[in-house]
Amino acid sequence: MSTSPSSRGIGDRLQHWLPRLVLSPSFVLVLFFVYGFILWTTWISFSNSGMLPDYTWAGTRQWSRLWSSWTWGIALHNIWVFGLLYIVICTVLGLLLAILLDQRIRAEGTLRTIYLYPMALSFIVTGTAWQWFLNPGLGLERTMHSLGWESFSFNWLIDAKMAIYTVVIAAVWQATGFIMAMFLAGLRGIDGEMIKAAQIDGAPTWKIYGRIIIPQLRPVFLSAIVVLAHLAIKSFDLIVAMTGGGPGNATAVPATFMYSYAFSRNEMGIAAASAVFMLAVIAALIIPYLYSELREPRS
Amino acid sequence: MTTMFNKCLMAGVIPLAIALSSTAFAQESTDKGEVEVLNWWTSGGEARALGALKDKLSDDGIGWKNMPVAGGAGTNAMAVLRSRITSNNPPTAAQVLGYDAQDWADRDALSSLDDVAKAGNWDEVFPQPIQRFAKSDGHWIAAPFEIHSTNWVWANKSMMDELGIQQPSSWEEFIASMKKAQDAGHTGLAYGGQPWQDATVFENVVLATGGADFYRQALIDLDPEALDSDTMTQSFDRFRELLQYKDDNSPGRDWNLATAMVIKGDALYQIMGDWAKGEFLNAGLKPEQDFMCFRTPGTQDAVTFNSDLMIMFKTDDKQQQAMQRTMAEIIGSPEFQITFSQLKGSVPARTDLSSDELDACAKRGYEQAKAAAKSNTLMGSMAHGYAAPASVKNAVFDIISSFVNSDMPSDVAAEQLAMAVQGARS
Repeated sequence: MSTSPSSRGIGDRLQHWLPRLVLSPSFVLVLFFVYGFILWTTWISFSNSGMLPDYTWAGTRQWSRLWSSWTWGIALHNIWVFGLLYIVICTVLGLLLAILLDQRIRAEGTLRTIYLYPMALSFIVTGTAWQWFLNPGLGLERTMHSLGWESFSFNWLIDAKMAIYTVVIAAVWQATGFIMAMFLAGLRGIDGEMIKAAQIDGAPTWKIYGRIIIPQLRPVFLSAIVVLAHLAIKSFDLIVAMTGGGPGNATAVPATFMYSYAFSRNEMGIAAASAVFMLAVIAALIIPYLYSELREPRS
Repeated sequence: MTTMFNKCLMAGVIPLAIALSSTAFAQESTDKGEVEVLNWWTSGGEARALGALKDKLSDDGIGWKNMPVAGGAGTNAMAVLRSRITSNNPPTAAQVLGYDAQDWADRDALSSLDDVAKAGNWDEVFPQPIQRFAKSDGHWIAAPFEIHSTNWVWANKSMMDELGIQQPSSWEEFIASMKKAQDAGHTGLAYGGQPWQDATVFENVVLATGGADFYRQALIDLDPEALDSDTMTQSFDRFRELLQYKDDNSPGRDWNLATAMVIKGDALYQIMGDWAKGEFLNAGLKPEQDFMCFRTPGTQDAVTFNSDLMIMFKTDDKQQQAMQRTMAEIIGSPEFQITFSQLKGSVPARTDLSSDELDACAKRGYEQAKAAAKSNTLMGSMAHGYAAPASVKNAVFDIISSFVNSDMPSDVAAEQLAMAVQGARS
């Protein structure tokens, strides 16, 4: 290749430059619009920005205001409750559904579609539908009353202490089918010979699942948890459609906190600080995952 | 290649151009150019009121390019406005509320309306509390459209008659009448449980409990001692008392659904700004005959207001400047102030007009607003951003809403309120 360029054919040169040419626009765009704006947001979080960006350095003022904010405390508490329950319930239910569906039953394709379908709905639709369903004046409670069960009561949606759990219900309803599909794919990938051997040895089915199959699903668990964790942290639209962050601030989460401070409270600095914090949390989750995923083929 | 391209262009663009031209011609059939106005007046009465401005402008040969951004309270509209200004492409004018006009003025983004104001004698005809928002450093930077006021009770007349309820004149009578309605199986207070509605009711209670001076001291001057005082604790006590008469299903309810409860006869009262009147009128009801309007008991002598303002953005274009002046002149003119308020359900912002053409509620509201302006009890509404900047306002919302949705004791709420306000100001 050290010969003069003139000796190389035009095709060679094209082969050399074409991939770079094709990739460079998207590379520049990603660099600017993703990483550039991350830097910009970080800078804003250390500035005096209010209604409009203001680039004067303010040190950690916005960060200390964020951490002394009472609503931020509620938001963090809620994301813990919501995230933990959402991830655990979705994973357990998804796995259970996948195991049940893995029993070589009839009409499996149809059932799988039915379970998976909620994922096709947007969070806004899910949130609105569940809001109607759980609203005591419209949905479940009223239906039960009109059917004659007068003492029935389910008013979590309007109870400040319980409202966050109604969000968990709706979110679990939506994502479980998807997690089930992931586990089902994982189950189908397990070597059947091993299971047959265990069956011949006379191991009961639950033991086969507990000792052989589920331990082999470790990568699926990891993927499921990472997918669910970032869905949980991004859960903005579901909350907005279902409770509007209410009653009061009872279902505020970091995402709604960020939106409210940036756009209705004219406190861009605090909003930027909360956004950077959310990014840091997601990075703490995703980076080890990517690291392990990218390393695996080599080992 | 070029012919191919042209053909595609023709095929695609011409039908589109024809489709657009009908509206485009309607807008641009003038030689004086057109104004682009950002607003969030998209509902029936609001759009009609805005139409009045558009018609006046077209009488002067000025075209209209509407730039509506849907979404209540203008949060979305303000986000759009911010992006337009930061990209150096401001609209001709924008509808804003309260502190927003001041913020833009501080950034030197607004045209001065001083010459229009001088010609129209605005310094005399608009009340001081509104000038506080429409002026910056002594210069007029916004044209006020109207006065909306938030200390109104809207009542179902037939339910009042049926239960023998007289219009309450004191807080005790007010509570007693709601108890009567509740005992008869109705809801006493139609209540929408969104933070700004919680705050609207709360500011009424504060005004009724502490009076105008206390309201000003606590919610406008944000005096920490007033915020965490016995009077504030007592206000929270009364607020709690009031909350007993709402139904359980109120969290998250929109204000117009609460108004519908009064219209349908499910509830006796609603405490809400005068835009609620529009819902009654749209339902074909007549003020003083089918529904009643009165000031929240205990607040008869005061008026808490919010007022829409039109701000004009700085431009070097002489034609645009002329159009901005014309628009400001129209908005400040007596005829327009009356017409606009008739359509929007408010009262005129000018205090020198006759109320003959207004309906019964607005007539009373206008006389009260004028009297309040004279006696210095015309005060900005906290819930609608005319008492404190957005950051403080929302911090207050946080406390009030959590008080409504929990069993927080009143003295704790007062203490938290003072702390939250201080936190937002730091």
